[in-house]
Amino acid sequence: MVEAIAMAHAWEMQADPRVVVIGQDVGANGGVFRATAGLQQRFGETRVQDTPLAEAMIAGMSVGMAAQGLKPVAEIQFMGFIYPALDQIINHMSRMRHRTRGRLSCPVVIRTPHGGGIHAPEHHSESTESLLCHIPGIRVVIPSSPARAYGLLLAAIRDPDPVVFLEPARLYRAVRQEVADDGRALPLDVCFTLREGSDVTIVTWGAMTAEVLRAVAELDEDGVSAEVLDLATLSPIDSATILASVAKTGRLVIVHEAARNVGVGAEIAALVAEHGLYDLQAPILRVAGYDTIMPLFRLEQDYIPSVRRIVDAVQATLAA
Amino acid sequence: MKRPWPGPGIMGGMRTAISFSVPYQRLLDERGAAIGELPEFSRDAAEMLRMYRLMTLVRVFDAKAVNLQRTGQLGTYASCLGHEATHVGVAAAMHAEDVLVPVYREYATQIWRGVTMREILLYWGGDERGNDFAGPRQDFAWCVPIATQTLHAAGAAMAFKIRGEPRCAVAFIGDGGTSEGAFYEAMNLAGARALPVVFVIVNNGWAISVPVAAQTKADTLAQKSVAAGIPGVQVDGNDVIAVRDVVTKALAVARSGGGPTVIEALTYRLADHTTADDASRYRSADEVRRAWSQEPLVRLREFLLRAGFWDASREQGLLEDCARQVEAAVAEYHGTAKQSTDAMFEHLFAKPTAQLLEQRETARRYAGKSGDH
Repeated sequence: MVEAIAMAHAWEMQADPRVVVIGQDVGANGGVFRATAGLQQRFGETRVQDTPLAEAMIAGMSVGMAAQGLKPVAEIQFMGFIYPALDQIINHMSRMRHRTRGRLSCPVVIRTPHGGGIHAPEHHSESTESLLCHIPGIRVVIPSSPARAYGLLLAAIRDPDPVVFLEPARLYRAVRQEVADDGRALPLDVCFTLREGSDVTIVTWGAMTAEVLRAVAELDEDGVSAEVLDLATLSPIDSATILASVAKTGRLVIVHEAARNVGVGAEIAALVAEHGLYDLQAPILRVAGYDTIMPLFRLEQDYIPSVRRIVDAVQATLAA
Repeated sequence: MKRPWPGPGIMGGMRTAISFSVPYQRLLDERGAAIGELPEFSRDAAEMLRMYRLMTLVRVFDAKAVNLQRTGQLGTYASCLGHEATHVGVAAAMHAEDVLVPVYREYATQIWRGVTMREILLYWGGDERGNDFAGPRQDFAWCVPIATQTLHAAGAAMAFKIRGEPRCAVAFIGDGGTSEGAFYEAMNLAGARALPVVFVIVNNGWAISVPVAAQTKADTLAQKSVAAGIPGVQVDGNDVIAVRDVVTKALAVARSGGGPTVIEALTYRLADHTTADDASRYRSADEVRRAWSQEPLVRLREFLLRAGFWDASREQGLLEDCARQVEAAVAEYHGTAKQSTDAMFEHLFAKPTAQLLEQRETARRYAGKSGDH
């Protein structure tokens, strides 16, 4: 996945001279995960800039650059370090267009690694996407494969509004997939159906798609046909696709790594309760991270929803 | 000042409103020979050997920790190689009742203050109990979000001041960290309220791959204190006598109500940023080789030999003793059983909520069944 991300950057930098890449260690080092590898060598130190070490500054300078006609693609090194940038994201980036009545805008992409499972140090395994999804005026996008990382990142950079692009850290090097470097974007604001099925709908995103697909393979053996939706754009939510799927299957399980409390799963459950209640044959279930701090890595696999927990939840909803 | 400042384009015809200077202290040259007058403590063999032994111990510990990471027995680890004089000099200057506010590689400072090598290994081994220091109970835990700790130090100092206690807070920060807003806010607060705090900037040249010159146009990081109205000094961070002396003086000022100081210790990160980093991608082997000629341990050893506090025949015994201590800590680390899943839910609140107790049951039910990940 990490190569697909670098490739999407390169394509769009070549195609659009307004695209500028900024962040800590994105230049000579090519990013701590190598997601910007080779870009500075190819596009120079003006268009690929190592910034001073300050996250609020990265977000704030992105606002200024974007309002004046550039398209900054900014890396925040880990999601645990995005919090100082939230002031700029919430108070300026998200509302520049709205408060100037369309006169100025903020076509910024903020990329940041998401989630745990990579044996990282403290503060390096965050999945706090629901904080971002609560901000009006910000799109929140997360890919679940190299091809979707390529296509969605292109879409995010081309989008006229700010996008926070979350990159599942444990997928960076987990899966290999040939990705055509053809500059073709994937659509934002829609789910991707990873697998069709008739008994239950499972909605998930990011790295959890891996556990969900393994759970679904197990369920297959038990004769359970699960439909899997990759949410992909976490805000705004593609409720039409989810509601259509639930209308077909009558059951919904939502799986996310982030803590359950006020997670994105709650929003999906509420949408289905509001608009699809009569299609449901069983209560909606969520399989999520616990409402505590993501533990350091000795216990992190006990925090991340396991295949076992997902299978059990699906079986529970079928038994209901 | 390496260049005229402010530039003549602005200066023309104006008088100087204020000017500043940044003092620099170095007491030992690269060969351990004294430059100028040395402080009293440098004539105390026991004190000097205590510092030397700890610097050696940490050098041995650090190599072992990197090795444990390379062999899959530890997570990502941030080496302290080359920083020993700064870390020990600060520790030796502090009083036990002061509070240390570390970043994440000041192991020597922490060990001096009673943190154990086992605790350090537990932390980098992915176990929160590494943050639960049995020794210095009031010291802050490691701080990964850059520069945020400097505000905690100012706040701790505010607590000491409000209670009228003769205690100080000492915050470490890296060169890259001085670009963060929090650092300026901390200095500003400390200056405005004359807080008993000392900020030690460990300028090791590199913030992962970004050199200091790309962080700032300032010729020194110490001069960042000028805008906060507090003194800023530079010290040779590879000279443990100089570091201890400067920090001792700054703490004496702070303790007596004289307010904060910023100390920039000039040293070099001889290792990669962490074991997850490969510094050969962005800095030359030549630069690292040159930095080795300034490294702190040899310099202190040479001084001790000249002073007659040490003789070469004792070196091997010291190394063996350090290796034994490190091996014992590693054995304790390996012997520490993994926490149960209950640990995830403990200490989030003083009293766990009903929701957490329910989730603790779920986690117990699935404990150890995540092998299919």
